[in-house]
Amino acid sequence: MQPNQFHPLAYSFAFYFFGLTAIASAIAFVTRKSPVAAAMWLVNVMFSLAGLYVMLDAQFIGAIQILVYTGAIMVVFLFVIMLLNLGHASELADARGRWGKILALFVGIALLAEVMALNRGDTVQRMIPPDLAAKAAAAAATPVAGGIIGPVAAPLFKEYLLAFELTSVLLLAAIVGAVVLGKRRTDAR
Amino acid sequence: MTHAVSLLLQVADPQLPPSSEMFILFGLIKAGVAFGIYMLCVAYTTLLERRVAGWIQDRIGPNRVGPQGLLQPIADGVKNFMKEEALPGGANKALFVLAPALAFIPAMITWAVIPFASPLPIPGVGLVSMAVADLPVGFLFVLAISSLGVYGITIAGWSSNNKYALLGGLRASAQMISYEIAMGMSTVCVLLLAGNVNLNEIVAQQQGQTWNVVMLTLAFFIFAVAALAETNRVPFDLPESESELVAGYHAEYSSMRYSMFPLAEYANIITSSGLMVTLFFGGWDIPFTHWDNTAPWTAMKTLVTLGAYFAKVFFFVFSFIWIRWTVPRFRYDQLMSLGWKILLPMALVYITAVASLVLALDAAGLGRTSYGFRGAFLGMNVVFVVLVFWVLDRGRIVSPAFSRTERERLARMRLGATRSDLLTGKGA
Repeated sequence: MQPNQFHPLAYSFAFYFFGLTAIASAIAFVTRKSPVAAAMWLVNVMFSLAGLYVMLDAQFIGAIQILVYTGAIMVVFLFVIMLLNLGHASELADARGRWGKILALFVGIALLAEVMALNRGDTVQRMIPPDLAAKAAAAAATPVAGGIIGPVAAPLFKEYLLAFELTSVLLLAAIVGAVVLGKRRTDAR
Repeated sequence: MTHAVSLLLQVADPQLPPSSEMFILFGLIKAGVAFGIYMLCVAYTTLLERRVAGWIQDRIGPNRVGPQGLLQPIADGVKNFMKEEALPGGANKALFVLAPALAFIPAMITWAVIPFASPLPIPGVGLVSMAVADLPVGFLFVLAISSLGVYGITIAGWSSNNKYALLGGLRASAQMISYEIAMGMSTVCVLLLAGNVNLNEIVAQQQGQTWNVVMLTLAFFIFAVAALAETNRVPFDLPESESELVAGYHAEYSSMRYSMFPLAEYANIITSSGLMVTLFFGGWDIPFTHWDNTAPWTAMKTLVTLGAYFAKVFFFVFSFIWIRWTVPRFRYDQLMSLGWKILLPMALVYITAVASLVLALDAAGLGRTSYGFRGAFLGMNVVFVVLVFWVLDRGRIVSPAFSRTERERLARMRLGATRSDLLTGKGA
């Protein structure tokens, strides 16, 4: 379903709902002291982002966002946090200290200013390739087999096959590395 | 206002999709009706479980509240609402309250994309799709939402501030992550055949070819085992094994908050059964006839296919219960080795084989619905089924309870040596 098929009011309502939820959850995520609570807020951020992706007509990315980040990565995070047994949340001291916090504040303000400056000028517009709209229209006009997955899968396994395979090998190497590191520690014990 | 009136007066062709306003209206109606029926089914599955358990164990089961115990779920619900809600000391209150909802909601939302009948033509409105939300990402939505179910259980275990609950929660998350992979991999074969992730398209593919269970029996087998593990049912109910963990992740819960966990389990059973039917047993298709899946659509067809769908789902719900009261619980290492060392490699090999065959048959120019295509898949299926189920013997694939015992000792046990002989090592 195209975004313009929605009622504009419903569309903006959904946009602000997911956007504000994401921002509020992100703030809660960095300010919570309990690691589990922070992780749950991060889950909420991921979920809201998935909602925004779906609103951008990228349902596939939305579903994958939930499946990979919310359903897999965050579960493993939570798992590790629980196994580490960090103690009660109130006993955990903030490791960053006052100067770290002030520095973080300034970096945050600088980032925000940069984003606002980018939005004011036509920098973003100039960064978009001029033929992008034409390309997108042409792609939308030519039906690809495989429903919503086809347009993602076809370039991934044709044009970018080498990059895809290299990434797979990299991930495999990481898994093997993790297993080797884990094994070495148990042998030494 | 005039716009709405003109819309209502407009004569829409009942064989075509409805306008977007009507789409939203009927979406809401479908969501409401489906939610009501689904909740009713979940409540009555609890009764079904207890009655079937009674039947299997040669006892009566609950039959006092109402005729044949039919009002039992309502009585249980009232009882649970009236009970005191205990909050254990040292528990994380917010997460403790949130966890039951986190367990229940994903099980329920998953149902939204499953098509349960042929489209219903409504005069003046159009052809209404009989799925609450016929999403283009259908199956991925199912995978994504069902992967969230693990949070409820993990958080329940952690927030209770109880070591048994925590161990149960950790076991549950490890188990669900492990079996989710096998489950996802087994369905890749289905997606390869359908060439689409939309569940309506998958049903249509099975109507055109054959039910996937006939072409991809092994994938169905892996999916069924993984579904049992995902729903934390016996023989995979390690997260709440009473003999080791009291009641596991919900040890500290009481009243309706406790009740949400079993309800979530039953909701998951119904959803998993619905998925098995949709992915492998043709969805709402009636076998051996094309009457039900060709236009023009009628209300009669919708009713009949709905009946067929419910019958199939009921069969799988019954099987879940049947398995629970038949099979004993696995040991934890058996559970993990089954998931990672057997189901996952099996699924990977199977994906490769299915993908190669699809590619070869497409290259040979055989149409997807041709007899050649179906015959080739049937042939490969027979080969795989014989291979796997010939080898699939207790002790060869799943290590049995005596796997840690040495071979000779086992031989002596089988010869009938006494227990004291074994302990003292006499006759070695």
